[in-house]
Amino acid sequence: MINPDAKLTANIFDTPDISPTREGFGKGLVEAADADERIVALCADLTESTRMEAFAKKYPARYVEVGVAEQNLAALASGFAAYGKIPFITSYATFSPGRNNEQIRTTISLNNVPVKIVGSHAGVSVGPDGATHQALEDIALMRVQPRMTVISPCDAEEARKATLAAAKYDGPVYIRLARDKTPLMTTADTPFEMGKANVLWKSDSPKVAIFATGPLVHNALLAAQALEKESIAVSVVNVHTIKPLDKETIVREARAAGAVVSVEEHQIAGGLGSAIAELLAEACPVPQEFVGVRDQFGQSGTPKELIEHYGLGVSHIVAAVKKVSQRKTS
Amino acid sequence: MDALSDAEVKLLETKALAIRQTIIEMLVAAGSGHTAGPLGMADIFAALYFRVLRHDPKNPDWPERDRLILSNGHIAPVLYAVMAHAGYFPVEECLTLRKFGSRLQGHPERERLPGLETTSGPLGSGLSQAAGMAYASRIPVRETSFSNEARNSSSRDVRIYCVMSDGEHDCGNLWEAAMFAGANKLSNLTGIVDRNNIQIDGYTESIMPLEPFREKYESFGWHVLEVDGHNIPQFIQACGEAAAIYEKPTVIIAHTIPGKGIREIERDYRWHGKPPSKDEAAAFLNELRTMQGKITSEHQ
Repeated sequence: MINPDAKLTANIFDTPDISPTREGFGKGLVEAADADERIVALCADLTESTRMEAFAKKYPARYVEVGVAEQNLAALASGFAAYGKIPFITSYATFSPGRNNEQIRTTISLNNVPVKIVGSHAGVSVGPDGATHQALEDIALMRVQPRMTVISPCDAEEARKATLAAAKYDGPVYIRLARDKTPLMTTADTPFEMGKANVLWKSDSPKVAIFATGPLVHNALLAAQALEKESIAVSVVNVHTIKPLDKETIVREARAAGAVVSVEEHQIAGGLGSAIAELLAEACPVPQEFVGVRDQFGQSGTPKELIEHYGLGVSHIVAAVKKVSQRKTS
Repeated sequence: MDALSDAEVKLLETKALAIRQTIIEMLVAAGSGHTAGPLGMADIFAALYFRVLRHDPKNPDWPERDRLILSNGHIAPVLYAVMAHAGYFPVEECLTLRKFGSRLQGHPERERLPGLETTSGPLGSGLSQAAGMAYASRIPVRETSFSNEARNSSSRDVRIYCVMSDGEHDCGNLWEAAMFAGANKLSNLTGIVDRNNIQIDGYTESIMPLEPFREKYESFGWHVLEVDGHNIPQFIQACGEAAAIYEKPTVIIAHTIPGKGIREIERDYRWHGKPPSKDEAAAFLNELRTMQGKITSEHQ
């Protein structure tokens, strides 16, 4: 059943309202800027698409257009931060943190300045633009950098909260956003704390713990509901902060269930599933199945077609849960 | 900037000589590192730290300070040497260069050593950071700001200097920054290019020609000055002119001799990335201390 403590939306399974996570970021950025004058925003020629428009209109003196120059975007922001500003930088995730990865490594992470890197259009759900614009490796790129915090919000409301939290945190942060409109699951009352995973679905004696991140959390909840009808009890944990990982919650849920499934719109290599496997191999070794993209690039199509084609749909999560259950030794 | 008296020029030249000696001493102690670039930039760094920059070695975080971004981090020995001689840390600490636990990393790391403005080494990104600082310094901040840091960052007369190598102008990132600085008329930004014509694989004009170099910057919206990088008064005058140009960023193309001060090293690109041996260092130090044989007794 839905965890009442999570204070999720009432219509989460019926006809949920939909909004892209980038939309929540845009709102959060203006709210953060209202509260802190040090916040500036830099964009590489994608102001509307990355939802920086409202900020740019309200705070023109604090908005910087960089043009199609993502390497400059990152290193400029390093300079702004070294001068006492809190810069948010946006582009598509394939370009930032993709194209400018070394600038982020040297001038932001190693240099240890509080730049907030916001990569939109992550995942195959970008749709028609095709593989060049569908970031599937950005979590991996960012989570291997020391000092970097990595957040992948599950919906627009959580993206808004993540933006506010990132603004207050004194260090580099990566926020992963998506293009497509996706279900609103969380509400203003849903707890959000960076580094603290949220249990959204719980069972009395779960057989499998599902750890999901990003908008696919909704598919994980739909899978939990379908499995409940087959009397297969699971828990669903929204791991919005991939780094630092909430070790306590993840180990607790993994131990209680004895088997886990990770769900992400990202390469299996280096993403959330990898992070969880690294943790559990040391702390609580249990069978794990990975729902994610299997060493492939994306392609053009509708978001729905692509989610199904790459094995990220509700049925795939259900199948992974059943498979991992059979692998349990006791 | 006021004209320099002969005594002031002499003092700066003496500082440059001391910096060159420290560079040789630290490189031979380290057993690795870059020799030609740091020696070639000793005069300019002496001028910057003992005349041009507004800074306070005892208060390296002073918000009103001018910022010096070293983009080509591999010439760190000259930066460390001049910082030590300016009083940021003891000159003896220079001998820890590149050693385990040292604050003087092979390439500069801001977090480790107070007074460093950034972490650098990978080429082509320093001008972006300098442009970011120059832009940030002119964003108006309300007096009601609750943050002292933010209020301090509103001072408008802070100047940002960015030292670059000529070879790093091969990098696309650098020209992205040059275009940005020109477009935004970042007049409190001064670029300083060490035009010594060498890079690791050979001479710049054979590896990837930079000429016409001056015209490239001019077409990106910069004011361009060219100086003899070993003529200290000329360089200081150029910095003064750069500060007076208010509608454009300025770049000072400083023509330097790589390895300047030691005849065996001068103009030889093979000295870009290697340190002197112990024997070589003894001879080089003798050459510096006797002012290339002009005097017979070494002065320390």
